[in-house]
Amino acid sequence: MARQATDPIFGRLDWSVTPFDDFLAAPSIDEAVASAAAAAVPLGALAVIAVLTWKGLWGALWRDWLTTADHKRIGIMYIVLAGVMMLRAVAEGFVMRAHQVTALDGGVLSSEHFAQLFSTHGTIMIFFVATPLVTGLMNFAVPLQIGARDVAFPVLNQVSLALTASGAGLVMISLVIGQFGTGGWTMYPPYTSATFSPGPGVDYWVWAIGISGIGSTLAGLNIAVTIYKNRAPGMRFLRMPMFTWTALCTSIMMIYAFPALTVATAMMALDRTLGFHFFTNDLGGNMMQYANIFWMFGHPEVYIVVLPAYGVFSEVSSTFSAKRLYGYNSLVIATMAIAVISFTVWLHHFFTMGQGARVNAAFGIATMIIAVPTGVKVYDWMATMFRGRVRLSVPIIYLVGFFFLFVFGGLTGVVLANPTIDYQIHNSQFLVGHFHNVLIPGVIFGVLAGIHYWFPKAFGFRLHERTARVGACLWFAGFVFAFLPLYWLGLMGMPRRSATYDNPAFEPVMWVTAGGAAIVVAALGVTVWNFYASTRDRAALACPVGDPWDGRSLEWSVPAPPPAYNFYALPQVKSLDPWTIEKAEGAPYQPADAYEDIEMPRPTSLGVVIGGAAFAMGFAVTWWVWWLAGVSLAVIAGAVIARAFVQDTTRTIPAREVEAAHQKVLQQARQIRAVDRDDEIAPANLGHAAPEVPA
Amino acid sequence: MTDARAEMRRYAIGAILSAVLTLAAFWVVLADGVARGTALWIVGAAGVAQIAVQLRCFLHIGSASKREDLHLILFSALLAGLMIGGTIWIMTSLHGRMH
Amino acid sequence: MSGTAHPGLNLGASDARAHERSETPVFGFWVFLMSDLIIFGILFAHYIVMTDARAFGPGPAQLFDLKSVAAQTSLLLASSYTYGMASLAMKHRERIRPVALWLIVTAILGATFPGLELRDFANMIAEGGVPQRSGYLSALWALVGLHGLHVAVGLVWIAVMLALLAVRGLSNRTKTRLLLLGLYWHFLDLIWIGILSIVYLGGLA
Repeated sequence: MARQATDPIFGRLDWSVTPFDDFLAAPSIDEAVASAAAAAVPLGALAVIAVLTWKGLWGALWRDWLTTADHKRIGIMYIVLAGVMMLRAVAEGFVMRAHQVTALDGGVLSSEHFAQLFSTHGTIMIFFVATPLVTGLMNFAVPLQIGARDVAFPVLNQVSLALTASGAGLVMISLVIGQFGTGGWTMYPPYTSATFSPGPGVDYWVWAIGISGIGSTLAGLNIAVTIYKNRAPGMRFLRMPMFTWTALCTSIMMIYAFPALTVATAMMALDRTLGFHFFTNDLGGNMMQYANIFWMFGHPEVYIVVLPAYGVFSEVSSTFSAKRLYGYNSLVIATMAIAVISFTVWLHHFFTMGQGARVNAAFGIATMIIAVPTGVKVYDWMATMFRGRVRLSVPIIYLVGFFFLFVFGGLTGVVLANPTIDYQIHNSQFLVGHFHNVLIPGVIFGVLAGIHYWFPKAFGFRLHERTARVGACLWFAGFVFAFLPLYWLGLMGMPRRSATYDNPAFEPVMWVTAGGAAIVVAALGVTVWNFYASTRDRAALACPVGDPWDGRSLEWSVPAPPPAYNFYALPQVKSLDPWTIEKAEGAPYQPADAYEDIEMPRPTSLGVVIGGAAFAMGFAVTWWVWWLAGVSLAVIAGAVIARAFVQDTTRTIPAREVEAAHQKVLQQARQIRAVDRDDEIAPANLGHAAPEVPA
Repeated sequence: MTDARAEMRRYAIGAILSAVLTLAAFWVVLADGVARGTALWIVGAAGVAQIAVQLRCFLHIGSASKREDLHLILFSALLAGLMIGGTIWIMTSLHGRMH
Repeated sequence: MSGTAHPGLNLGASDARAHERSETPVFGFWVFLMSDLIIFGILFAHYIVMTDARAFGPGPAQLFDLKSVAAQTSLLLASSYTYGMASLAMKHRERIRPVALWLIVTAILGATFPGLELRDFANMIAEGGVPQRSGYLSALWALVGLHGLHVAVGLVWIAVMLALLAVRGLSNRTKTRLLLLGLYWHFLDLIWIGILSIVYLGGLA
């Protein structure tokens, strides 16, 4: 590839890269949407800066959040990041649906703009919503569930988050400066090669995904090592809560699947920037290899994001039915089976590429087999609820919605696993229906259930139950109307990713899906509103003792929010569901026999430095600002080396202080009345649960 | 210091065995009269053997290490094998149908 | 003792506290190397798939210099051995000087390796074997180049360790880092065995 001459300081950046000038030159709805979206990013940033300055929160933000190495806060930041990105991606989904009702022989958006929308929507939803949501949940809950003080490598944890955030930042800035790629979230070459997509859009994707992918690899490593090495005494593998089991399998999958993504993006970067021939049309390049390598990551990724959701469903089905989890061992085996088999099915994403029927048949059969352990799980959760004393709380509403919708989505997956059928319906709206049907009721419902479940643990107050129930029902209804009609459209022959269509029969169905999309927007709005409303009314929702749901695992034994070091004294675990046993035996909230000094990591700015430099590097390479790329890389290397010379990376909390703090919370627990499950959502529920007997 | 001596010996054995296996691999490639297929098999076997030697002597993986380390290596080998083997299978099949 | 052994040299009884402290980092770093192994594994698979994608450009017979490859192999193996000596010196002699000396020897051997490799690359470029020439050459440069890059990072790491030894001495944290570097250095030799067998000897057999 011959690169045209560029400015040595600004690369290929100039004043024509924002969408605003296009709007001024030729105003249209299309350009207005682009400009409004581009304006939303700096305006949103300004609004955040203004609020922080007005409330004087900069110091607290820096001290307590950006530089912290506390796994709970890092987990929360992952979820906040994912939430912000989700606002954008849901809005994009709605804009696409609004466009599609007008798209019979035309449409309000240009096809270029529509292509950017589906590319960013998919990229954000997978890499910057689903992945950080589950990473955040695992980060928050796993150390608490296994009786650990923090993750194995707290500072690395901070760096992982920073890398994910810098990738998200690159996707966000692409709205304002330049534009995003138009090759879909998978960015298949040769369309995305330098020959056919010379602009910065694909480079934004490559660097955003490459950088955040490394962050995810490291996050997975951290959680896996934490579970291997930091369990409390007596916490054997088969005594771990189910969520921790799914977190273990997911994190192991992250360690092995994300390298494939790193390789795919690095090769794409070499192709685009240095003129290599990995995936090009000419000189022996092989674009099929890209599909192959990408999906070696891509398929495990689906299970990476869904397994923790299965973990949440395991926790909530048991907690809110006041029953031991049915078939614990079978759930463990099913989880491990899914984790391994998910590495043997990647070819089903490209059955039609042209390889022989034997290859297709083998991968098709493997794909059908992987549905079996998932089926086992669904039966286990239903059996857990069977004859339990089920409370129809928010997480249970999500679980029931999941039962109806996910099973349907899973079955359409088995349909697609048959290569002969796949030849007919691949690349149609049927496929769009299928993967939304597993990812939304699977991952999003699961994570929302988890957020509502653990929110009181994280912040010390519950979310408004009624509002949250309305939100959950809206999610269910919105999903049904927005996505189930896509199966019909697909079977009628409507291809995915098409900006316009000429069959009038599609139009009425499009109106239905647009209505569904509006309900999804409303559901998201109610969910976000509830965070605000519940924070406002937090005094009436407080649950400082920390056990509002009569929980079963260790995280419910500590106050809400938990102390930085999680446990005043490390628990001795003797069985599954240790907290339930402790309550049933009538002796919860006891002082420890002995307290010891606790060593905790000090705050550090390493994550901010590395994340900022990684962002600058990605931006620089995208715009060919080579000096900045070099400087950023040097900053990253320098920061890592300098960190090796830092002493006093930990601070010690003396045993006396820990003991005093524990006495205080124990006294509080004794003073607060224990409530039974009838008062679960009443203000009287201050987090002291009167246990259901027997365990 | 017998501990130190035993460990010193282990490194020496590892280095010598590795050198011998490397020489063997070079020899079959450079020698006349070894068929290409045979040579490839011998090079591959020598490579695998050398990796095993270095894992044992330099990285001290073995009966004394915790089971999870060995599991980790075997699991990594399984997944790497799936990815490499799968790639070669898929792309060979594809290549064979492109003519 | 065997209950807590980890990959690489174990400090064990000679320094129980450092051993305990190093267990989690060593295990974590070993997991990281396994992740890195997948990266190399996919590049190996890609190289094998692209063997014939030469687009009439140069192939192994024109590009490879087995003498240089043999020299590089010996250098890496020797440096692996000398790194082992550095580890043993750290474990049993508890003095900075022998550790530093063995590290310097390792660094000299290690630095000659990319020197030879760069000379090979220059010769390949002279033969027209630039990565932009063909799919095969892109795969070759990516695989061998990534290994070379790892060795270069390892050399910087050795330099940092020498500085740490000078500033901090043989503290527990320094010892842990030396164990990690040991894993890394031996791991690079394992990858090189793959490159030697598949790329060089496999290509010329």
